[in-house]
Amino acid sequence: MADHAAQAVNFAAASKAALQDSELRGNFRRAMDGLMTKRAVQFADGQEWHRMRALAASVRLRALSKLPELLEQLETNLTRNGIQVHWAATTAEANAITLEIMRKANATLAVKGKSMVTEEMHLNAFLEDHDIEVLESDLGEYIVQLDGTMPSHIIMPAIHLNTKQIAHLFKQKIKDAASTGEDAAALTDLARRILRQKFMKAGVGMSGVNAAVAETGTLCLIENEGNGRMCTTVPPVHIAFMGLEKVVERLEDVPPIISLLPRSATGQPITTYVNMISSPRKEGEKDGPREIHVVILDNGRSSVYADPELRDTLRCIRCGACMNHCPVYTKVGGHAYQAPYPGPIGKILVPQMEGLAKRGEMPHACTMCNACVEICPVKIPIVEIMGRLRVEAVRPSATVKDAGAQASRTEALVWKGWAAMNSSPLAYRLATTALSAVGNAAPASLPLLKDWTSVRSKPRFAAKTLHDLARKKGIPDV
Amino acid sequence: MDRPTPPPSTLATKPTKVYFFGTCLVDLFFPDAGMAGMELLQAQGLEVVFPQGQSCCGQPAYNSGYRDDALKVARAQLDLFPGDLPIVVPSGSCAGMMKKHWPHLFHGEADEAKAVQVSSRVWELTQFLVQVLNVQLTDKGEPVRITWHASCHAQREMGVVEEPKALLRQLANVELVELKREKECCGFGGTFAVRHPEISAAMVGDKLADIEQTGAKRVVSGDCGCLMNINGALEAGRKPVQGQHIAQFLKERIHG
Repeated sequence: MADHAAQAVNFAAASKAALQDSELRGNFRRAMDGLMTKRAVQFADGQEWHRMRALAASVRLRALSKLPELLEQLETNLTRNGIQVHWAATTAEANAITLEIMRKANATLAVKGKSMVTEEMHLNAFLEDHDIEVLESDLGEYIVQLDGTMPSHIIMPAIHLNTKQIAHLFKQKIKDAASTGEDAAALTDLARRILRQKFMKAGVGMSGVNAAVAETGTLCLIENEGNGRMCTTVPPVHIAFMGLEKVVERLEDVPPIISLLPRSATGQPITTYVNMISSPRKEGEKDGPREIHVVILDNGRSSVYADPELRDTLRCIRCGACMNHCPVYTKVGGHAYQAPYPGPIGKILVPQMEGLAKRGEMPHACTMCNACVEICPVKIPIVEIMGRLRVEAVRPSATVKDAGAQASRTEALVWKGWAAMNSSPLAYRLATTALSAVGNAAPASLPLLKDWTSVRSKPRFAAKTLHDLARKKGIPDV
Repeated sequence: MDRPTPPPSTLATKPTKVYFFGTCLVDLFFPDAGMAGMELLQAQGLEVVFPQGQSCCGQPAYNSGYRDDALKVARAQLDLFPGDLPIVVPSGSCAGMMKKHWPHLFHGEADEAKAVQVSSRVWELTQFLVQVLNVQLTDKGEPVRITWHASCHAQREMGVVEEPKALLRQLANVELVELKREKECCGFGGTFAVRHPEISAAMVGDKLADIEQTGAKRVVSGDCGCLMNINGALEAGRKPVQGQHIAQFLKERIHG
């Protein structure tokens, strides 16, 4: 058994609470249904979808197949372009690096575009503890920050809230909000005015990275609001955060990713802004930051990379389409997962990052319906990885952090018994005959049956099994 | 590790004999669906063999992380289908386990080749009825409105989407109304239903609402896991709709 130092995150309790919130459920149902429809319109041509998907998957596969070399090449070319590269093995290291950069820049305010890696790092809380203000400038992230919660979706952080709820929040938190009412455009405009002032004052701008090109040393960032461009061009220092898997080999590898990502995520053929960042402000240039830093975070990714089966987790381009299509995510919403990455990709990524002692339940929060696999633009075998993590959860190994944390003698015995019954025709016949005869007498209060019958009638064993009926009908056995 | 489902087996000639793998759920809870499946095949002039030694495809343990136990059970099925004949399964989920996951489960085992060979002969029932037998059905039943629940594994592991609906559309007196979110999971998910009962309940709740919206009297499906879930919820909620396995439904219709 693994050391149980890490406390298991209680997904079941959080999801139970979420399910009772009918407004939340309505918000997700409407939003996800809409997103699925919009995506489907983009891929109405099935052949084109298969072509684009095969191309994007091959770009990611090729990048991963030579990841160590590409990362070295990326560092060389970024450095040559005047972009400073920082390697962080852990989130604590990444936070410390960030703080150091901010202190050197004498910055006490940072504006952030949008970065899920910084969510992994819990960067905002860390910097606030060091008296540095971080303002989220992506509208969804801004809303979530105002609310003191976390993103419920990696692309649409405030998708759990409707306009009415957002208006209420603004009214509570912003003093000029009284006049905006529940008009989405007016609310957006108010946020925009507040953010504009901050962009001018911030000493540091922060962003994520959608793809980093090894051969040219270019950081690619896509977004819809222009706040990403503001964060990466207005403040004198720009810090970009990326997971180490975000590298691609060539510049021509970028279009397949940035055309599939928004199509999959929000049903847009392309985002409003596509930023290609290849150097800080040069001599004689009128704008742009004077320093650019890239923090490249590992946080467990290299162990994921080490296993050929689990490695496919790192293909992800963070489009979030798996969430939009997940029937579990759609019911419970993003917060129930209590993780930076919710939904299907979260269920395979987070347990590998944080360990199975803490996150052992995540791979089980799935019916294995494969809806996510069907639409994943880079063909990640999410459900197969989920199955593999279920194995790791009950079998001690050196592959995944805290493997074996969920090993239970009782459960193992149950499966042994099940296997004994189902691998011997005689045992199977005796057991099924007995179940047909007396199985229906089992009280609905039995542990598993109780869960089943909470909303369903008790399953009824047939009086005769199919084996019996086939024999009686004279259906040949060989 | 892309493991796409192998393409449907191709058969040079129409077989005269097939094996039937009933599945454990059908065996214990829906034996009439299994019998109906075999009768539909017999009605096409096929000899059907039901090996009495069969039990389960191994999926429950496989999906729970207990692969050794799954292997033991799957292995016990391998010798039951010695002839080079198609193996027809009245479940997209169990067929998917045998066709898609057995090759992976047996990978590196001494009997891998045998498992792959058996696996390659697996067909989901409606897939076999349409693609191989090209059955033509004559409806003798009363007019009825139904809806179709697509099982996740039939659709996404076996690639069986249109076949069952094509069969249902052959029935002159059957009005097939499509479910609003036809492709969405009903919330069964094997052990998921008891491991996360509240989420599963919410999922089947949404499914019931979509079913009711069609105004159908029956919801027909090709997988008994889904049916156990949907029927259980319909019954507990005292809804006037009933779920039925497609084999049984088709059999009733052609007999009138």
